[in-house]
This record gives sequence, C-alpha cells and structure tokens, in this order.
Amino acid sequence: MQIKIHHKLTSFSLLKLIYDLFLQTTWGSSLLCVICIPSLLCVICIPRVFPSFARLLFPSIQSHPSRMQSSGPLVSLSWIFINNEWHNSVSGKKFPVFNPATEEKICEVEEGDKEDIDKAVKAARQAFQIGSPWRTMNASERGRLIYKLADLIERDRLLLATMESINGGKLFSNSYTLDLGGCVATLRYCAAYLSTNDCVFYFPDGNFFGYTRHEPIGVCGQIIPWNFPLFMFIWKIGPALCCGNTVVVKPAEQTPLTALHVASLIQEAGFPPGVVNIVPGYGPTAGAAISSHMDIDKVAFTGSTEVGKMIKEAAGKSNLKRVTLELGGKSPFIVFADSDLDSAVEVAHQALFYHQGQCCIAASRLFVEESIYDEFVRRSVERAKKYVLGNPLTPGVSQGPQIDKKQYEKILDLIESGKKEGAKLECGGGPWGNKGFFIQPTVFSNVTDEMRIAKEEIFGPVQQIMKFKSLDDVIKRANNTHYGLAAGIFTKDIDKAITVSSALQAGTVWVNCYSVVSPQCPFGGFKMSGNGRELGEYGLQEYTEVKMVTMKISQKNS
Amino acid sequence: MSRGRGRRSGRSRLPVKQGPQILRIFINNEWHESKSGKKFATYNPSTLEKICEVEEGDKLDVDKAVEAAHAAFQRGSPWRRLDALGRGWLLHQLADLVERDRAILATLETMDTGKPFLHAFFIDLEGCIKTLRYFAGWADKIQGRTIPTDDNVVCFTRHEPIGVCGAITPWNFPLLMLVWKLAPALCCGNTIVVKPAEQTPLTALYLGSLIKEVGFPPGVVNIVPGFGPTVGAAISSHPHISKIAFTGSTEVGKLVKEAASRSNLKRVTLELGGKNPCIVCADADLDLAVECAHQGVFFNQGQCCTAASRVFVEEQIYPEFVRRSVEYAKKRPIGDPFDIRTEQGPQIDQKQFDKILDLIESGKKEGAKLECGGSAMEDRGLFIKPTVFSEVTDTMRIAKEEIFGPVQPILKFKNIEEVIKRANSLEYGLTAAVFTKNLDKALKLASALESGTVWINCYNAIYAQAPFGGFKMSGNGREL
Repeated sequence: MQIKIHHKLTSFSLLKLIYDLFLQTTWGSSLLCVICIPSLLCVICIPRVFPSFARLLFPSIQSHPSRMQSSGPLVSLSWIFINNEWHNSVSGKKFPVFNPATEEKICEVEEGDKEDIDKAVKAARQAFQIGSPWRTMNASERGRLIYKLADLIERDRLLLATMESINGGKLFSNSYTLDLGGCVATLRYCAAYLSTNDCVFYFPDGNFFGYTRHEPIGVCGQIIPWNFPLFMFIWKIGPALCCGNTVVVKPAEQTPLTALHVASLIQEAGFPPGVVNIVPGYGPTAGAAISSHMDIDKVAFTGSTEVGKMIKEAAGKSNLKRVTLELGGKSPFIVFADSDLDSAVEVAHQALFYHQGQCCIAASRLFVEESIYDEFVRRSVERAKKYVLGNPLTPGVSQGPQIDKKQYEKILDLIESGKKEGAKLECGGGPWGNKGFFIQPTVFSNVTDEMRIAKEEIFGPVQQIMKFKSLDDVIKRANNTHYGLAAGIFTKDIDKAITVSSALQAGTVWVNCYSVVSPQCPFGGFKMSGNGRELGEYGLQEYTEVKMVTMKISQKNS
Repeated sequence: MSRGRGRRSGRSRLPVKQGPQILRIFINNEWHESKSGKKFATYNPSTLEKICEVEEGDKLDVDKAVEAAHAAFQRGSPWRRLDALGRGWLLHQLADLVERDRAILATLETMDTGKPFLHAFFIDLEGCIKTLRYFAGWADKIQGRTIPTDDNVVCFTRHEPIGVCGAITPWNFPLLMLVWKLAPALCCGNTIVVKPAEQTPLTALYLGSLIKEVGFPPGVVNIVPGFGPTVGAAISSHPHISKIAFTGSTEVGKLVKEAASRSNLKRVTLELGGKNPCIVCADADLDLAVECAHQGVFFNQGQCCTAASRVFVEEQIYPEFVRRSVEYAKKRPIGDPFDIRTEQGPQIDQKQFDKILDLIESGKKEGAKLECGGSAMEDRGLFIKPTVFSEVTDTMRIAKEEIFGPVQPILKFKNIEEVIKRANSLEYGLTAAVFTKNLDKALKLASALESGTVWINCYNAIYAQAPFGGFKMSGNGREL
C-alpha cells in the first residue's frame, strides 16, 4: 500500500461550516438537528467512534503513518485509487475542489491524466483476467460484497451526505434522504439481482442444444457527473460489479470527494484489488483517455449531449467499445385542465427546482392548458417565492448554490435571453447574495417554443410556463426537440394519460407524478438524450455480453 | 473464362417478370430514377460479364427515402396504426412470396455473387424464409414489463419502435443479411432505409417488388442501391435516421459508429469481421472435426464473417488432421456455380481476389507450409484454389488478418490454457468452435473463449432463434 504522508486538505472551512451550523441551529427546529448534533458530538468528542469523519476533520490524524497502520485501513480523500491502494498522480499535479456555497477551497485532489488512466486500466484488466479472484468468485459472493458495501455506506451515511452537501451545494436533507437512500437501495437491488441473473436455453432447429451465457463485458470506463456525484457513481458501479465487470471511474472534477470516500469502503468491504479504480481528473484529459482507451471494453457516461457525442465518437475511432450515454434533456411537463391543480403545481415546481434545477430530468418546458394557464402561473409564482436561499447545511434553507461559476454564468445568460426574447418574468431573474453561486428562483410565463429558454437545457432554477390548446398540438410541440429523456403528464382522464404517454418520445413518462426514479425501473433517453438504459433488468443487460453456445447432440426430440 | 461463355451468358439475362423497372431506387413503394441520373453496373463474378445497370443512389436519394420512411412512421400513419398481429401477418405473407419466388431469388443471388446455386437455394433462401417467419411470430409478443417499485406508483415499460432505421448490408449473403435486418425492424414497427452492397443489389430490389406486392404501406421499406462513401455515409450521418445497423468490415464499422455519434447519436448495431478460432482437441471425433473445419472455412468461398480461419489442432493429432484436411480441400469441386456439383464459385470481385492472393503470398513468405492450392485457377477469372497452410504460427499475417477467401491456416497447440490465451489474443471475437467429446473441456472452453457464439462439435449452426453478434471489435449488439 502506498502511503501518502502529506495531506494538504485544510478542513478549516469545513469545521467552520459545521461550527456555524451549530450556532445557527435552534434546538429541536428540525429533523436535521437530531441528525447533526449527535454527530457533531461524536466527531468532536470521540473520533474513534467515527474514524472516517474524524479524519476528514482532522487530517493530522492520518498524516502520521504509524497511527494510520494502527487505526486500520487508510482512509483518504484526495488521491487516486488503484488496486485498492492510494496513489499520487503520475504528473504530480493536483487540482482544487471548492465549496460552491462559499467559493472557498475545500482541499486539493491528485489530478489524474492519461498515464494514471493507463495504470488504472492495467489494474482493472489484471483483476478481470481469467482465473483471477474476481473472475472465479461465485456470483453469490459478489452479491455479498455489494450488500456489504451498501451496509458500509449506510454506516457512513451522515458523513457522506455532509460531504455531498459541502462539495455539491446540495441541501443536506436531500443528500441524506434521497441521494444516500438511493445509493443504498440501488446497491441492494444489484446485489439481490445476482441470484436471479440466469442463462437462457434454446432448442434451435436441428439436433442442437443451446444456451446463452450473460458474461461480463470486461473493463468498464465510467464518467460521472457533478449533479448527483455519489448517486450516479453508484448507478454506474452497482450494475457493473453485479455483472462481474471491473471498472475505472472518473468522478466529476467539481465533486470527487464522496466517490473517493466510497473507495475506502470498497476496500473495507473486501473487493479484490483492481476491481474498482477511481481516477479523479478533468474531462479533456482523464475522460478522453477513458473514451479512447484501447483496453477498455465499455464506456458509460452521464453528462451533456455535446460531450456524449465526443465519447461515442472516440469509442468508434478507438476499439468500438460499447457505449451507454445518459445525456441532457428539455423535458416536457404537460398539465391538462382536468388535473388536480394543487398537486400539479407542486410537482411541476419540484420537478424543475429540485437541486437548483441541476437535473437532467428537470421539467424545463411546462405546457399548461389554456383554461387554467393564468391560475397555474399565479400559484407557481407564489410557490417559487417561498424559497429560502442559503448554505445547504443550514436547516430551513430550501435552495443552495449552483455548482460553479461557469454554470452560474450560463444560467444568468439564459435568463437574460428570456427577458430579451419577450417572455414575461414573473419572479426572480437574477443572482442572489454576495458570496457563492446563488440564483433567485425564476419563473417565466408567456414563453413560446422558439425562445432559447424553451429550447436549450438551462440546468438552473428557471421555470418556463407555456400555453397549449389541444392534445395533438401539445404532443407535437413536446416532441419537437432532439432531446427525449423524460416527460410528465397531469390529468385525471385515463384516455388522455395513455394517449399522451404513448405518443411522447421520452425514455420515461411520469403520469401524475415526477422524478420517481427507482432502481427497479429502466432509465434512459430517446433520441439525443442518450443511448441504452441504466437500472432495472434493462440496465443490467448493458453490462453483459451475450454469448450463444450451441452444441451438437445426437437426438434432440426423443 | 472463354470456355463456356455462351452457355453462361444465357443466364445473365434477368429472370425477372417485373422487367427492368426494378433496377431502380425503391421509395414509397414506387420505383425512382436516381436524382443524379447516374447508374452503376453489376457483374457476374463467375463470367465477369455485366448483368445490368442499376440506378445509383446518392445523398439526395437517401434524403428522399428518409423523408418517405419518416412520413410512414408519423403518429397516426397506416403503419403506426396497424395492429401488431397485422404486422406479423404481412411478414408471413412476405415469407410466402419469397418461398414462391425462391428459385428466381436463388438464381439472382448466384448470378450476382457467384455462390453455388444449390447453396443459395437451400441455405440462403431457407434462412430468409425462416427468419421472416420467426419474426412474423414475434410481432404481437413484444411485451413490456410491469415493475414493482417503492411508493404508490404503477410502473410499466413499453417497448416502442425506434423510428427510421438505416441498414447497410454486405455482399456475401446479400438477401439473407438484408432479411436479418429487415425482419426484426419491421416486426417491432420501425420503418427502414436499406443500402444493399453495390456488388449485389439485385435480390434486394426484387424483394422490394415483393414488399409492394404483399401490401406494406408505402414508405415502410425503402431501398437505395449505391456505394458506401455516398449512400452509406449519408445513411450513417443522417440526422433523421434513429438507428443504423451495419454488417461489413471492422474498418467501415468504426466509420459508421463515428458518423452516428457526430450526427445525432443514432443507435448503432454492428456485425463486423472475425478471425474465428476452431479448436480441435485430441479426443474429438476426427471425421466430424475435419469436415466441419473444412466447411467452416471454405463455405461461400471463405467469404463469411464466421469463417473458421484459425484452426487450432492438438499436437498429437496434428499431422493426421492436416493430411485429411488437405484431402478434403483437394476434392472440393470448383466451377460454374449453376452446376449442381459445384461447391465453390468465384470470389466476389477483383479487389477481394487480389487481397486474398496477397495474403496467400504472405503466408508462403512468412514460412507457413503450403499444403495445397496457393494460387488462382489458371483459366478462369476470380476463382482461387482451395488453399491449406500448415505449420502456421500466431505472428503470421494469415493467422491475424481476416482473409475472406478459401484459405485454411492450421495451427498447433499443446494444452487448453495455452490455446485459450492464443484464441483470445486478437481484437476480434465473433465466433469460435470447439471439437471434443469431453464435457468438461467443452464447457470450460465455451466459458473462456471471448466470442459472441461458441459452437461445440458443430459449425455455422446459426438459427433465427439464437442471438448472433460479436465480442470486442467484431461488433456491437446482437441480431436474431
């Protein structure tokens, strides 16, 4: 094991944050207090009870090698994870990771590049060799390891949710319940699936007998986005490991911390070395190296359509690696006049504003039937105005910052374009506060199809409300985009619900609900929103290669 | 070639009652001339005579075809409103018409490709009819799933057609490969734009007339004959084609996937090249193994992506295996593909012919032992003698590159672990075969070989019921 002595993580900002939180909390004001306060006590008083959190806060604990050995496996947050060991980057470079709520640097992380990817792929290939511990492991044992990982994530749930909030600007309550809950559920789904993944037998014409084997593909490269850093990481590694692959993962450069913490849990769970390798770094270097690597058999990517095209192209140019892509969306949300208006307003609101609008499934084209349009806009604006912006760790805050300056500026630019192109600004419409990348919750009404805000993915807290007259008209307009990720329909009329859900070109259609994503259901895009599916049986198939074995037998039918 | 020209040229007249109108571009159930006004010739490779000229499609013709296919796929169109059972029934009827015109189609196939008529009639056409019927039966059995999820929601999946599918088919099994693409696409309710190989467009166009006769709605199937860099490229990069299926070389497959990514991220399935290991263990039924390995490589003049072009034979039976294989190869009857005794016809064209001879020369130069064949037939155009090389080693070009010709390289191996490693050492992974009577060896090899299909004690056992496709750079996705 390579031991890194220097650790430049200055968790001062982190300490300060939690300290602030301590001061601001009114006792008993929310569930968060119940969760946070005891944990703070644990952290401050008994570090041994919560070793990893303690190490996060007091890096000096791990900067002493002798103590590291005595306190069990080394937990690191800032290095490259290959072969169950921590490595420095080959180039010696590091990159800073920020807290988007304060714009302060959290720490520096080793910056992986092509050479580091090569090293990781070599380890992953070695772990995938015929006869290796991973290849010879029983499926039931693979399942047990994945269950164990889920348990460990549950154990460290508080720490991980806190890191996710600090690094991703995500509301703590969301990261704790939804992101972490989703991670654990996804891993358990995959672990349980192992016992049911079987062969299919065939009796073709003639005296033959055949069966298919659903084999792992090999070394899978996986590139993770920054909006759900840990959840998307689990979406990728869960199915890949379930099917027996080995992986080389690049977390987003904005948000590498939780993935690296889970690396330590992977080691703790007892996965053989080389099965999971994590190389933090940037897209044009580490990401490009993965997509064009000659010894990676499959690449899975979640991110923008623009980068998705580059990845598939690189896969085509290099070795025809299999590709699955989860890309952008401009998802329509259709509200018919007969729907339950309270519920429609609230769900449409959450569908767009959840996590500051930074979701690929964000319902960013809201089509409302003419007769209820005005009332719908009124209530949506009322709802949007209720927001409390602030530090995502603070109880009571309902909206955090955007992830970084680039996104922040892009969103503000799109808001300006909306104003200029004649949409009616109902509320919000500008930045908020003087520190951090905050944007006011913004609602536009009188939006028309050709405006930029109705065509381009905004990825921010900006809601576009459009008007429609007839069912045929709204189907045509909803489908008139090169995206096709998700769609929502609100109506009480079963005929409308089924007609529209059949007609919409979208990988997921939600009727009278939105954002219901669970590990049993396939998720993915039509058209330029993606290739392939994640989760569910459909998603697991994307991590297997089908082998048809046909045998000559002397007599098939006796 | 001079011999018997008169006899053969008689067959170069098209045996087609529809007349020359089918030598055009098939769009919207109508026959069109190419926008450019250009035509290209198709040749009979066994006589090198021109059979006829066909309208040459280009980008503009592809645009027209995609427009028709797109219109046919619109919500509310006759095709979209057709019941699944109705789609299946159309495919069944198409199978009936193919069966009715089986002799005509087999004749066209033999004229255009040079494959023995009996093979075309019994293997290619049989495969077409069975594939059509297999997918006809599936049309109303494509079911989604109901998925138990958390919370109070009902979750079900619909398996919807993708949209307009582009299909680019090869020249080695022109009609069969077209049906492999067409039948599943139509079964699931897609519409399709097909480019048949420029060497062999005739059976595809004839099938166009049958599609019209059966009564598929206009625009559901569109056929644009033409060349790869023009029609093929236009299909792969078309922004309104939602999926592309390609069968051909790995080199072109990469271009297709790249173009798909650059344009609109259309879904891609690829069936590409292979350098398929055929492993013969010492305990195998030697007669069976020798014959299967022989047919495995020489079938269709070696022009199969599944060709058994790396035969690994266990040391102790190596000399005997080589002796018998050579005997087989020497007996292989070559000649006029319409002669019922013929097992081997000509290669498809001059380019392939030259490439194969070049690879044979490389084998001689690199030290493989030429057991028989090794050259072209002296008096005829594109015919190559069945060639067997022994003492072939892994580093020789004939053991690494796809030959696509009647050339059998036989290699020696000592133990199972070694042969697994060697068999898996290439970038290809399409098919593999194992000959052994030992169950344990058979299953072990079947698991360890990196290959989309593994045949045990048989070869080319391809059925519509079984999935077919490649690991690694032999392809993406599965057909059938």
